[in-house]
Amino acid sequence: MLQIARWKITLILLAVLAAVVVTIPNFFPAATVAEWPGWLPRKQVVLGLDLQGGAYLLYEVDRTDYVEKRLRALVSEVRTAMLESPRIGYTGLGIQGQGVQFRVRDLDRLADVRQRLEPLRNPLNANLLAGTGGVREFDATVNDDGLARLTYSDAGLSERVRGIVAQSIEVINRRINELGTTEPSIQRQGEDRILVEAPGLGDPERLKALVGQTAQLTFHLVEGQMNDQQAQQTPPQTGTVRFPLVDDPSSIFEVADVPLMTGEDLVDAQTGFDQQTSQPVVNFRLTTSGARKFGDVTSANVGRLFAIVLDDEVISAPVIREPIRGGSGQISGSFTVESANDLAILLRAGSLPAKLTIIEERSVGPGLGADSIEAGKIAAVIGTIAVALFMLAAYGFFGLIANVAVIVNVTIIVAILTQLGATLTLPGIAGIVLTIGMAVDSNVLIYERVREEFKQGRTAIAAIDIGFKRALGTIIDANITTLIAAVVLFFLGSGPIRGFAITYMFGIGTTMFTAITFTRMVIALWVAARRPKLIPI
Amino acid sequence: MRKFRLIPDHTNIRFMWLRRFNFPASTVLSVLSLVLFFTIGPQYGIDFRGGSLIEIKPVAATHDLGAIRATLGGLNLGDVQVTEVSDPITGTSVLIRFQQQEGGAAAQQAALTRVREAFADTVEFRRVETVGPRVSGELARNGTIALVVTLLAILAYIWFRFEWQFAIGAIIATSHDVLMTLGFFVVAQLDFNLSSIAAILTIVGYSLNDTVVVYDRIRENLRKYKKMSLVELLDRSVNETLSRTTQTSLTTVLALLALFFFGGEVIRSFVAAMIFGVVIGTYSSIYIAAPLLIYFKLRPGQAAADEATTAGAAGRA
Repeated sequence: MLQIARWKITLILLAVLAAVVVTIPNFFPAATVAEWPGWLPRKQVVLGLDLQGGAYLLYEVDRTDYVEKRLRALVSEVRTAMLESPRIGYTGLGIQGQGVQFRVRDLDRLADVRQRLEPLRNPLNANLLAGTGGVREFDATVNDDGLARLTYSDAGLSERVRGIVAQSIEVINRRINELGTTEPSIQRQGEDRILVEAPGLGDPERLKALVGQTAQLTFHLVEGQMNDQQAQQTPPQTGTVRFPLVDDPSSIFEVADVPLMTGEDLVDAQTGFDQQTSQPVVNFRLTTSGARKFGDVTSANVGRLFAIVLDDEVISAPVIREPIRGGSGQISGSFTVESANDLAILLRAGSLPAKLTIIEERSVGPGLGADSIEAGKIAAVIGTIAVALFMLAAYGFFGLIANVAVIVNVTIIVAILTQLGATLTLPGIAGIVLTIGMAVDSNVLIYERVREEFKQGRTAIAAIDIGFKRALGTIIDANITTLIAAVVLFFLGSGPIRGFAITYMFGIGTTMFTAITFTRMVIALWVAARRPKLIPI
Repeated sequence: MRKFRLIPDHTNIRFMWLRRFNFPASTVLSVLSLVLFFTIGPQYGIDFRGGSLIEIKPVAATHDLGAIRATLGGLNLGDVQVTEVSDPITGTSVLIRFQQQEGGAAAQQAALTRVREAFADTVEFRRVETVGPRVSGELARNGTIALVVTLLAILAYIWFRFEWQFAIGAIIATSHDVLMTLGFFVVAQLDFNLSSIAAILTIVGYSLNDTVVVYDRIRENLRKYKKMSLVELLDRSVNETLSRTTQTSLTTVLALLALFFFGGEVIRSFVAAMIFGVVIGTYSSIYIAAPLLIYFKLRPGQAAADEATTAGAAGRA
């Protein structure tokens, strides 16, 4: 036990040395480290959002909103399908729960109805393996009494939501890349959630505005204008919808429900300034087909108003003075430079396929982050000093060995964090400080055991030898139970809590490692050098 | 050189005999904690209740809490709590909490915007946290699952490494610590958040660590002293490990105290719960975990003899 081969000593010392080397860059500012020559270690610990400041935003696809919009579109799809010649008569077409239903007039044509509804069921991910066409978005039922329904199947809706999440992540990525200042991570969480983490961001408001906005842009011909009281008294005409003006919600526009154009027809959008008013505006260019469509519509409707609608609000409603054939146009409204710029980004990046809502948000300003780092450092230093003094008072020279072991311990934890790129959070620092308190435990266990063995009449060297052996089993059993709790915590926790679990887990591991290797080595070397007759504890 | 000893070298405290006092006391307190937790309940933080928390730090050197309350009162946020926290390192800041707004996530975001606009440049927004109702429900469920999974995993490990008696003893002792900590949250009116669950899990780990060390010695002594009565053997084992148990707790508490005083407001209640847990975990390892083993037949056919010894010891006392 007390004989340690020279190669083992070399190995242990090398491991400790490696840990020290890897840890070094953490003591210097990032800017300084960046200028170091390439052969020096340059990795630094990744700080969590709570330490460097930043935003954690968890979004969820708004299913209700999505289903409602999708069913509204489905109603008009059903109408078109039934009106195809030869026409099939129906009554009571409308949204009912999670689906669309109507009643077929002519009960002899139910087979035709079934046939026409089939394409509307909309196959999602055509499954190559099964060859059955994969999941359908809707289930269709046509009863013999003429009641026909298209309803969302559970599998269809889940599949759809998964698709929406994937598409949204792409759109969000494009938007944030346009912003170009931060490097957030965007991840799917579960079936219908998206997690956006943006480190080092002082003000999450702009990020939130950019990520969360659906940015569904549509152009509609205006059918009528009214104030909100008039709007309440009269129902909208068939084939129209009403949107309020963004700057004055009491002013309502009644517009054709089929848009002239959508954001999909845009190829580019840039901020600019209006030549006459010098107000910020957004200039856009249309795709070739979009330009042709826009040209045709504008030439047929000169003199009428068209409304530019963004997320169900009218930004502006200019008059069509002349046919617009060049494939480009301008959106004016009461923009600031920043809001015009943001709208341009949103239009370039495309719209989100469904509304996203923030269900969890945690943002930390840089001020609190810096304070937390400071507080964590001070607490760690004071905690270490307190524990070290106690160990010195209790065990003298052996206490000193324990203290060196603790420092080695913490160095290895930091080295592992640095090398693995694991995130250090404030609770993570708490985990390290807790480890400092608990790491001496392995030394305490060993020393107390050695004392006992010595008091029972063994020679000093035999007592150390046996004390070590017996204490090791205890150390391992005790630490593994603690490790179980830490591992569960790791899988349960997110963000800062996971940061705690990480350092705590590593702390338990390094505690066992230093007890078995480093402490043993130092004591073995001391025994070999001194051949002690008494035990200094 | 004379060394400082926390515990004298030869203690002979009759912990097994003491159980007639501390067992009933611990049982009553555990039950009381459980009742407190489910009746009065802890001060649930936004992780479990939903809602928003905003920490602001006024830019001006002085600030008027009344004015801040008045400003918030005009924002139509429903029930708003405003508390001031001082910290030696980070200075004074103000915590604003308000509940889940009616109208869902959009209304909550609108409320946050109102607060931001109301204070604008007069304060530094240090942190903003919002948790929606679905998330808070999930967090609560996950926390409970984590706790149960941990306890079961540890039960299995100890069963595997020791005997079933030890596993049951350890789980009872640890459950005692968990219950007492829940009670502590109610009495101390600490915010009960996700980090509180983390604190409880840490306590579970720590308390078991302590318990395992004591059990390890009991197991060793069971092999060593085949003739010794169980009560005497348990007493001896606890006394032998007493010095280690208390010293480790002391160093851990020292480190945690540093965190409590200097680690900042954000983790203070997390650390407070852990300090309490370490103390209670140490108590339970000594006074609960070991004496519990008397009730399980560690040595077949000896239980009756043990009880007689205990009675004798009590008589002498």
